[in-house]
Amino acid sequence: MTDDLGRALDRISRVRGMRGSMWVSADDGIPVAQLLMEGVPGKAVAALAASLVRKVSGTAGAVGAGKVRFVQMEAAGGTLLVALAPPDLLVVALADSRVNIGLARLEMMRAALAVTA
Amino acid sequence: MSTTVVEPWAEQPLLRYVAESSARLVVVMTSAGQVMAQHGFARAVDLMAASALGAAIMAASSALAQQVGERSFGALFHAGERHGIHLAPCSTPRGTLIVLTVFGRETSIGLVELFYEEFAVALRRAAPAEQLREPVLAADFEADLNRSLSSLFQPR
Repeated sequence: MTDDLGRALDRISRVRGMRGSMWVSADDGIPVAQLLMEGVPGKAVAALAASLVRKVSGTAGAVGAGKVRFVQMEAAGGTLLVALAPPDLLVVALADSRVNIGLARLEMMRAALAVTA
Repeated sequence: MSTTVVEPWAEQPLLRYVAESSARLVVVMTSAGQVMAQHGFARAVDLMAASALGAAIMAASSALAQQVGERSFGALFHAGERHGIHLAPCSTPRGTLIVLTVFGRETSIGLVELFYEEFAVALRRAAPAEQLREPVLAADFEADLNRSLSSLFQPR
């Protein structure tokens, strides 16, 4: 299982512009496995990404949009991507502006699906 | 929810920690269980029980750490169905303090731990150097205890 998680992170991290990716416990906001460039604050990213997903999921539920599968947050300095891997995990990636979002999303959804299956 | 402090320097760091972590209850205490600041407790008896138990858990875990050759353990985390607790030591110029945080499902251990680290740094910066203490006399003990309790639970 740990090897599978590590291999998935390896594939995600090969996408150009990616600064790091991690598996995060959805309830706890704690990193389970991570592959990050130096200087990326893994604990903070994990905690805040899990919190963001909780809030987005609450909003989606409130407006009747159903279950959230993917969250993308673009900011001036980069992009935060989160794919949900129910019931327990999140795939979180941090990328700079050069990232190919489509490719990153594809790899992340593939990883999430493999763990969920 | 009220926040009250015995030591005024602890107030701002505690208010910020509570706001950021969304913690329900927080107690900052000495390693002997003496309360220095609290957030969220309505009754003195609950606060005293929580601080005594928190200090006892930390003492037991320190003793266990020494048994296995560690100087001390870091933070302790217990997860329940509706609440979790985070119990951690914090080294300050006033000696080692213990912080007990009780949180609910609206936040997570990851967030609590993240903001606890900032809180510990803020407490360390805010704490004045240890003053020379006068010996604790049995005659003064009850008066000191009552003074601490009334400063924590006086109406604001």
